[in-house]
Amino acid sequence: MKLKNTLSGPEFCSGLKDGIPIAMGYFAVSFSFGVLARKGGLLPMVAGLISLSNVTSAGQFAGLEIIIAGGSILVMILTQFIINLRYALMSLSLSQKLPDNIGFAKRLIIAFANTDEIFAVAMARKKTLSFRYMVGLELLPVLSWTFGTICGAVASDLLPKSIQIALGLALYGMFVAIVLPVAKKEKNVLFAVVMAMLISMILFYVPVFKCLPSGMPIVIATVLSSFLAAVVYPVENDTEPSGDASSGQKTSLSENASSGISSSDNNTKEEA
Amino acid sequence: MVYIYIMTMALVTYLIRMLPLTVYRKKIENRTMKSFLYYVPYTCLTAMTFPGILYSTGNIISAAAGFLVALILGFKEKSLIVVAAVSCVAVYICEAVLKMI
Repeated sequence: MKLKNTLSGPEFCSGLKDGIPIAMGYFAVSFSFGVLARKGGLLPMVAGLISLSNVTSAGQFAGLEIIIAGGSILVMILTQFIINLRYALMSLSLSQKLPDNIGFAKRLIIAFANTDEIFAVAMARKKTLSFRYMVGLELLPVLSWTFGTICGAVASDLLPKSIQIALGLALYGMFVAIVLPVAKKEKNVLFAVVMAMLISMILFYVPVFKCLPSGMPIVIATVLSSFLAAVVYPVENDTEPSGDASSGQKTSLSENASSGISSSDNNTKEEA
Repeated sequence: MVYIYIMTMALVTYLIRMLPLTVYRKKIENRTMKSFLYYVPYTCLTAMTFPGILYSTGNIISAAAGFLVALILGFKEKSLIVVAAVSCVAVYICEAVLKMI
């Protein structure tokens, strides 16, 4: 069988191995997402379905808010588009690195789980990318992302109320852990982040904006602050085509996600 | 209804990832656009975190305590999981203390 051929061989195994640290990091993040989804009233299997079909943290989180609030589909589309737009950049870069013999159908599959961390590891690979390697790389993180979500949702029912409450903060804490180290080092990112905070606060606390549909404040704050930062601090044009912006920052995202596991991940270290 | 939301989310997300890998394979040359896309992950995570984090526990004091701990540990560049876990513990302790008062 063709599937069996794809899911074997040294390239596939090499991908699997590189995916292990990502998968471990994903479990923790998706667990927190599962807790929040359950808190919002979604069934564990539905939360798992979101993770399996989306494989993205920020987009899912924003989407979850809209689902819970019963927002409009149009706002959902807009929110997902803006928040996930960065993947277009990553896919463009990845596209340049994929050899031409990887055809259309295979690219359709690879695209499915081109997350920040998988992108970073794929781009850092010294050897040529192959379809089997990419499938291997994506497999465990996707499974772990889904399984972690279900576990989080189930666990949040079983845990005592006080722990449930405390876990509600987990995903936010992770977001802080992703943003702050970069904002500390790069003053342009700090500027963008402070702007995002200010705009987000204004939209939240000024009564006029209460009429905004759920999800929109995030979109407005994201677009405005990113645009301001882009005008005030344009990113340098590096030699690397279009991937410069993403690969630099994805590195930090991916290191964050997998650094909870300390050893064994030599691939993430290579990118640094 | 929830499935319509999920399908929409999944479809938009997939198309954004899939189209540049298959159909539209040109490079983005516009510097402002590139810069914009560079900042988006940070700004959207920030906008989602703040002020939402303050209302994530149902009690603004315990949430603020958790947020503060996350800020300190994040600034010290602790790993994702450590930051999340310790700030949750901070919320837990804070809630327990508040109950005693």
